Amino acid sequence: MAETHSLQDMRQQAAVAAKVFLQRDYTNGTVCQFQTKFPSELETRIEKQQFEETLRMLNNLYAEAEKLGSQSYIEGCLACLTAYTVFLCMETHYEKVLKKVAKYIQEQNDKIYAPRGLLLTDPIERGLRVIEVTIFEDRSLTR
Amino acid sequence: MSAVMITRKVRKWEKLPGKNTFCCDGRVMMARQKGVFYLTLFLIVGTCSLFFAFECPYLAVHLSPTVPVFAIVLFFFVIAMLLRTSFSDPGVLPRALPEEATFIEMEIEAANGNVPAGQRPPPRIRNVQINNQIVKLKYCYTCKIFRPPRASHCSICDNCVDRFDHHCPWVGNCVGKRNYRYFYMFTLSLSLLTIYIFTFDIVHVVMRSVDNGFLNTLKETPGTVLEVLVCFFTLWSVVGLTGFHTYLISLNQTTNEDIKGSWSGKNRVQNPYSHKNCFKNCFEVLCGPTYPSVLDRRGVMQEGSPVSAASAVPPSSSSNPVSQTTKTTAPLIPNEHTPDDAKPSIADSAEKNSSPREETPMAPPLASPEPDAEVAVAKDPVH
Repeated sequence: MAETHSLQDMRQQAAVAAKVFLQRDYTNGTVCQFQTKFPSELETRIEKQQFEETLRMLNNLYAEAEKLGSQSYIEGCLACLTAYTVFLCMETHYEKVLKKVAKYIQEQNDKIYAPRGLLLTDPIERGLRVIEVTIFEDRSLTR
Repeated sequence: MSAVMITRKVRKWEKLPGKNTFCCDGRVMMARQKGVFYLTLFLIVGTCSLFFAFECPYLAVHLSPTVPVFAIVLFFFVIAMLLRTSFSDPGVLPRALPEEATFIEMEIEAANGNVPAGQRPPPRIRNVQINNQIVKLKYCYTCKIFRPPRASHCSICDNCVDRFDHHCPWVGNCVGKRNYRYFYMFTLSLSLLTIYIFTFDIVHVVMRSVDNGFLNTLKETPGTVLEVLVCFFTLWSVVGLTGFHTYLISLNQTTNEDIKGSWSGKNRVQNPYSHKNCFKNCFEVLCGPTYPSVLDRRGVMQEGSPVSAASAVPPSSSSNPVSQTTKTTAPLIPNEHTPDDAKPSIADSAEKNSSPREETPMAPPLASPEPDAEVAVAKDPVH
């Protein structure tokens, strides 16, 4: 935790060189998926495979959140029977997965992206529309 | 006395653009015009109170005590669904922050190439392929984003709403992705409640008339007449509306798409979101995951956090120079893609005309699949 704080301080001191926005991928409908196309601005900063792995993991997590299966059905029926008051005490499945996503992004930022002068913003802070990748000026901090 | 600066925590809902009202420190989110919502509440509570006062004592004794019990359960369910629909975030998409808006503008300009001077730039449309159908994503000049498929901009609330169905003045809120199932449960349960009250009103009158005579019955329970009147008019409209939405759900369509005829007609795209199976469509709409709100209304505003590019409210607490200098200038294209600012005037004037026009009490907008003129304008027409 303390490590995260110091990393964030470093990031705030570093100047923002550019921001890249990864858009949503609508080929499968309105489910939350992001385009995995590797942006050219990141070519010098991170390996394509690593980046695509992160994105693939995120897409899998969101697919899990929006899965239509027996669990969502049971949750929906139970909630309806209690006039949706059950959500006052219980977290929805989607919210649980979003917490997982937040944790995963933080972990990825700390381990992989911060050392390379990059920062991934959790898409929930942008309305699940884009994944914002902040590129900091390369001052050869930790290379 | 020492002058101490007590800085109040500013929550994000206070700085949200759009024409919503927030209550309970951001927990409740509604449209600005709430008059018709209060009417809905009054009619439901009023009619049910009359039922509990006049019919229930008699029926509990002469018929069965389960009659009022079931009525109470149904009544609470209806109110819970109504409040849930009215108070929740319908699926509002937050506006693009300045950097995102600039990024999109640059992408658009790169895609358009060089436009000769004097010529209008092409309309801002992105084509995506969904389930082998080409769907056009329109650019929203107010929110500075390309709207996701099925999203639409509500001119009354001045927000882009995901899976926009319609703006319902009776619930005082937009109906979108997050609250559509509550809206449907509300209309369904209200239909059941109306039928229930209507039936037992008739039963009660008949039972009492057998003992006392028809006119005496009406004199003893004057509330019954009022209830029957309200229920009679409500039945046609609410039951019709429930039927219409059941039809829409089975086809996985929104009211907005139905009115615009997005998936009907000869040369039109077939609905790419439908599973072609009635049950699967119903399952997805009613039992799908409960989407969380992406607005974060109750989050605390950070010092220096950027405000959205299209925000009309100047940031008082956070003075971020970025938001002032990088305001994107979207070229005004005077044809069909004029900014949404011009349109609210039409919707607002229609709104003012529609509320005093009371065709039927407790009559939610659509009674039949045909577009009602009042409703079509109150809803988001052109988007």
